[in-house]
Amino acid sequence: MAYLEQIGFLILLGISGWLIYKRVSFIKRNINMGQSYKPKGPSSERFKKMMLLAFGQKKMFDKPVAGIMHFLIYIGFVLINIEVLEIILDGIFGTHRLFAPVLGSFYSTLINFFEILALGVIVSCLIFLIRRNVLSIDRFHKSEMTAWPKLDANLILIIEIVLMFAILSMNANDQILQNAGAEHYTETGSLFISEMLIPLYNGMSVEMNLLLERFFWWIHIAGIFAFAVYVTYSKHLHIFMAFPNTYFSNLSAKGKIKNMDDVSNEVKIMLGMQQPEGDAPPPSSFGAKDVNQLSWKNLMDAYSCTECGRCTAECPANITGKKLSPRKIMMDTRDRMEDAGKHGLENGKFLLGDFIKEEEIMACTSCNACVEACPVSINPLEIILELRRYKVMEESKTPPEWTAMMTNIENNFAPWAFSPSDRFNWANELKSEN
Amino acid sequence: MPEEIKIPTMAELAAEGRNPEILFWVGCAGSFDDRYKKVTKAIIRILNKLDINFAVLGTEESCTGDPARRAGNEFLFQMQAMSNIQVLDGYGIKKIVTACPHCFNTLKNEYPDLGGNYEVLHHSQYLQTLIKDGKLKIAEGGKFKGQKITFHDSCYLGRANGVYEAPRAVIEALDADLVEMKRCKTKGLCCGAGGAQMFKDAEAGNKEINIERTEEALETGAEVIAAACPFCMTMMSDGVKNKEKEKTVKVLDLAELIDLN
Ligand code: SF4
Ligand code: SF4
Repeated sequence: MAYLEQIGFLILLGISGWLIYKRVSFIKRNINMGQSYKPKGPSSERFKKMMLLAFGQKKMFDKPVAGIMHFLIYIGFVLINIEVLEIILDGIFGTHRLFAPVLGSFYSTLINFFEILALGVIVSCLIFLIRRNVLSIDRFHKSEMTAWPKLDANLILIIEIVLMFAILSMNANDQILQNAGAEHYTETGSLFISEMLIPLYNGMSVEMNLLLERFFWWIHIAGIFAFAVYVTYSKHLHIFMAFPNTYFSNLSAKGKIKNMDDVSNEVKIMLGMQQPEGDAPPPSSFGAKDVNQLSWKNLMDAYSCTECGRCTAECPANITGKKLSPRKIMMDTRDRMEDAGKHGLENGKFLLGDFIKEEEIMACTSCNACVEACPVSINPLEIILELRRYKVMEESKTPPEWTAMMTNIENNFAPWAFSPSDRFNWANELKSEN
Repeated sequence: MPEEIKIPTMAELAAEGRNPEILFWVGCAGSFDDRYKKVTKAIIRILNKLDINFAVLGTEESCTGDPARRAGNEFLFQMQAMSNIQVLDGYGIKKIVTACPHCFNTLKNEYPDLGGNYEVLHHSQYLQTLIKDGKLKIAEGGKFKGQKITFHDSCYLGRANGVYEAPRAVIEALDADLVEMKRCKTKGLCCGAGGAQMFKDAEAGNKEINIERTEEALETGAEVIAAACPFCMTMMSDGVKNKEKEKTVKVLDLAELIDLN
């Protein structure tokens, strides 16, 4: 029987590991579709930023209530995983509470601590569920947050509650079994939170408690494996991606737009500052129409997005009812990557047009509010600008007023139709006014 | 008769073999827009009053290319940038002061990639330094003492470059009562003009961005909405007009506040 359990466990572990491996390779391949990119700023500074934002969740506390609850779930998640290590080892070796004899009384302190965290996670998840579904918080109810994204957000919270409940129920049954003096059930001392669940399972036969303890053990660990696989398909991937994503984000001033070095060479030749190099091929295309023309960091951004909508809630265009939503830009980029990864880039679809519409990118004021708001250093603006570059330089499709503005700059060296010789007229006006 | 105001150009100074301490980059709005020309003039009056060794480029100045780059036309931007860099380097310019956050951002952050390296200050920073150094003295009990003033953060000054304190320091130096809007500093709401939106109609929505922002500014009960950007100036002035409040609420640039005080 114990052998069967062990074999079952190993099979489960193997399948989960394999599924995760496949999925991670797929995501890696997708991100690698992107163009080269080098983050600006020393790595020590970027490391500091990662520690503050990803590890310390600094930006989450811009909204203190959500920040504290999110932090509880986060440390709950990280620390309870220490217990998962024990559970996995127990599963492999067919042992029960492997660490208990080694750690002695500290073990019960540790488990009690985990139980408090588990309770914290349950409470936070419940509040989050209410916030999301009952309270009318605008950013959770935008047009991009229907169907799967909405379900995804709720599923995660429900799964976490189930997992935590399983762990507490497992401990409750364990305690009943300890009191009954069942074989293998090592003394853990009182576990204060799960103790409260004992009445639920008390008064049954020892066999029933044994069955229940095993049942919740399996629910918990199988749930964790399933969750680990699920995460790779979900916005929940941010729990891992937040780290590399903040580390690789730029430290240069937010107002700086990436220079197109290809264009610099052409312009230098046009201005006679540089001789054309005999056989240098002209750049193939300007800006981005599809995901493979964005940088790999833009693509990593898309896989890091938590769909929290803090960006969209700050976006002036979105606030005033325009179609643009920076969160949707990130979700569309991810959707297109998934689509291209599965069906190939050449499946007749493009990021610009099939996913993101012209109307959306044209509404952006490049105000950087979205970039500032994002808790995991995502830059939706960069993608918007690359798509605009494609529109303007490859398709020559601009709103007529922009065409006029650009013609003015070209001919009059100002965005308005004034004669360049009148540029200094203000000086004479001032002199005569004084 | 007051002393005649001096507006030396780089060409004149170069002919005399002189170098200015700062180049005042006027910008297209500062040169052509009737409203923002007043800001340019206020700055020139301040520079004259303090006897600062400055110069302007006059007709040799040209659009930095900011709106072209943000609209997606990298060619036009780089053409503008490279010819401007040729002019600036030709005169050996080291330090630039400008009253336009868009020019400021482009000159400071984007020209270095194309070989143009300068120390660039926004006029709010320059004014703050002049006040701090005691060069620019603010008359006690001036016109704006105790007046409610709110400051509208320009995106290209604030979020884009992290300049939040300098403009506020200037307002506080006037002994004014600085009141903040609900959304300010890192969370400031755009006026709606950046990213080349200034030059086209907004996409369909349910409100104009500048109206949303003006409402927020009016909610503070301020008598003056202080701005530090030509585009914000236009957007906020239009907003105040739209709300028919132009009789009671003024939109003024930081330099004008100092000049009028
Ligand atoms: S930069 Fe563009 S997308 Fe981002 S908040 Fe501003 S207007 Fe919205
Ligand atoms: S881009 Fe950032 S702020 Fe916007 S939804 Fe994604 S994680 Fe949230």
